[in-house]
Amino acid sequence: MKPLTRLFRKAEAEAPADIEAASLRSDRFRLERETDWRRLERIVTELEKNRTRRLTDEDVLDLPVLYRSAASSLAVARETSLDASTLAYLETLVRRAWFQIYGPRSSLWDWLRRFFGGGWSASVRAIWLDICIALAVMSAGVLVGWLLTAQDSDWYNALVPGGLAGARHPGAERAVLEQSLQGASNSNGLSVFASYLFSNNATVCILAFALGFAFGIPSLLMLVYNLAGLGAMLWLFHDAGLTVDFIAWLSIHGTTELFAILLAGAAGLHIGRSMALPGNRSIMTAIAESGRRTAQVMVGVVLMLIVAALLEGFARQLIDNTPGRFAIGGTMLAFWLLYFFAFRRKGAGGEA
Amino acid sequence: MSSAYASIDRTSDKLRREITTPEGISLPVAIAPFGTRVGALILDLIIFTTATTIILIVLGLLGLQVFGLTGGGPMAEFLIVLAILFLFCSRYAYFLFFELGPRGATPGKRLLGIRIASRDGGRLRVESVIARNLMRDFELFLPWQFFFMALSGEGGIFTLAAAVWFLIFAFFPLFNRDRMRGGDLIAGTWVIETRNTKLASAMSLEESAEGNYQFGEAELAVYGEFELKTLERVLRDNNSEALEKVAETIGEKIGLTSPPGDERQYLQDFYAQLRARLERDMRFGKRKKDKFS
Repeated sequence: MKPLTRLFRKAEAEAPADIEAASLRSDRFRLERETDWRRLERIVTELEKNRTRRLTDEDVLDLPVLYRSAASSLAVARETSLDASTLAYLETLVRRAWFQIYGPRSSLWDWLRRFFGGGWSASVRAIWLDICIALAVMSAGVLVGWLLTAQDSDWYNALVPGGLAGARHPGAERAVLEQSLQGASNSNGLSVFASYLFSNNATVCILAFALGFAFGIPSLLMLVYNLAGLGAMLWLFHDAGLTVDFIAWLSIHGTTELFAILLAGAAGLHIGRSMALPGNRSIMTAIAESGRRTAQVMVGVVLMLIVAALLEGFARQLIDNTPGRFAIGGTMLAFWLLYFFAFRRKGAGGEA
Repeated sequence: MSSAYASIDRTSDKLRREITTPEGISLPVAIAPFGTRVGALILDLIIFTTATTIILIVLGLLGLQVFGLTGGGPMAEFLIVLAILFLFCSRYAYFLFFELGPRGATPGKRLLGIRIASRDGGRLRVESVIARNLMRDFELFLPWQFFFMALSGEGGIFTLAAAVWFLIFAFFPLFNRDRMRGGDLIAGTWVIETRNTKLASAMSLEESAEGNYQFGEAELAVYGEFELKTLERVLRDNNSEALEKVAETIGEKIGLTSPPGDERQYLQDFYAQLRARLERDMRFGKRKKDKFS
C-alpha cells in the first residue's frame, strides 16, 4: 500500500462513514457504534471536569442511554471481537461513565441538608445500644475516678492531667477552688481558648471513633480514663463542699461536650461490635455499613464540639451564677435529646 | 496513545478485580498498587502543606501589616481563632472536597491515575468518604503528632509506641488482597486505577481490501488470541525493528517468509486474516487462547 493512500485512509477512519471499507466484521461493528462512544466519552469528560454548563439538555438526557448501549456493546464485543484496543477502550469508557452515573450524586451541601433534616438523628438512634453501653461505661469511669481518689488522693494527679488541673489539686483551699469556678472578668482570649478546646476535643473524639477498629475496647478504655478524671475532680470539689457549684460549672458546656464524647465512644463501639458480631452479613459488609452509619454520627460530634467550645469559652466564663449555668446546660441537654430522639421525619436517613 | 495501550496488560493479575454494575456488566478494575498510593499521598501532602502554609502566612501578614497588630486586641484574637480552626478543618476540607468531586480523587491521586470507588459496585456515598477521612487522621496525623510530642517530652517507650502505631497502619494495605487501608475497610471503599484509553483506529481499515498476501488455513491455525493481541500491539507501536523481528519469527514458524522491506504489509495482512479466522471460530463458540492450545 502506498503511504499516501494510507494517510488518506487514516483520515477516513476519523469520520466513521467508511464502514464498508473495513474488511473485518468486528471492525464494522465497532465503526457503526463509534460515533455514540465518542459522544459518550465527550459527555463523561465534561462531567469529570465539572463543566456541566457545556452540556446540552439533550446530552444529559442521552447519557444513560449512551451508557447502556456502550455497556451492551462491550458485552457483545467481548464475545465477538479480538480487537484488544477497542475492548480496552470500551472497558475504560463504560467504567468512566459508570462512575459518573453512579458517582456521589449529592453535593456536600445537599448531603448536609439531609444530614440536619433527619439523617443525623436517625443514625444516632441506630446506634442506641452502643450509646447505652458507652453511657454505662462512662458512669463507671466517673465512679472509679471518685472511689480511687477518695481512697488515696495521689490518684488525683494520675487521673487529671497537670495542665487541666491548674490550681485545682487536693489540699487546695476552698477559696482557691471556688475561685477557679468563677467566670473571667473580661472576655479577652476566650475565643482562642474555645477554638483550642475544640480542636483538642475533636482529636480525642476522632481517636475514640477510630479506636473502634480494635473491636471497640480501646474506645471504652478511653472513655473510662477521660471520665475517671472527671470523677476525681468531682470528688475534690465534693470534699470542699462545692459539689453543686462544680456540676453547674461543668454542665454549661459539659452536657454538650460529654454527649459528644459519648456519641464518639458509642460510634467506635458500634464499629467494634459489628466487627466482632457481624451477624448474617459478611464481616466486610458489616464493617462498611457501621462505618458509614457512624461517619454521620461523627460529623455531628464535631459540630457538637464546636457548640461545646463556644459554650465553654464564652458562656461559662461570662455567666458565673449557678442557676444560670444550670439553665443553659439543661437547655442544651434537652435540646440534644429532643433533636435525636423525638425528631423523626418520614423517609429521612433511609439511605444511610 | 501507544504507551497507554501498552500499559493495559502491565497490571499484575493479583490486583485485577471485577465489579458488576447494576446492569450486570462485569467491568475489570485494577487495584492501585501500594507504591502508587504512597506516591499520591506524598503529592497530596506537598500540595496541601504548601497551600496551608501560604494561607497561614497571608493570615499572619494580614495581622501584622494591614491591621498593625503586635500585642493582642480583638482583631488579633479573631485571626488566631481563624488560624486554629483553619488548621483543623483544612485537611478534612481538602480530602473531602476532592474525593467527593466527579473524579473521586484528590489532586495527588488524579496525577497518578487512581481514584476511590465503592467496593460493592454501587454509588460512592458521602458517608463513606467522611469515614475514610476520619480514619486517615487516626492512621497518619495522630501518630505523628504523638511521636513528636513523645520525642520532645517523655520519649522512650512513647516514641516507640507511636512509631509502631504508625507502621501498623501504614503497612496495613500490604496485608490484605484489596490493598485497603484502615479507612477503606471502614468506609467500604477501595482505590482503583483509572486510565484514559483512547480509541485507536480500526485495524482492518489500514489493510488494502484485496490483501497483498494470502495465508492458508494451515498457516493461520498456528497462532491464538494471545499472539494476535501481541501482534496488534506491535503493529500499533509501529517500530520498524520490532516489525522486522516479528515478521521473521512468524515467517519461520509458518514457513512463508515476508519479502524484506515489506514487513508491515505482511504483518497487517497476517493480522487481519488471523483475526478474521479467530473471530469466526469465536462466533461458533470455539476459542483458541494461544499457540499452545
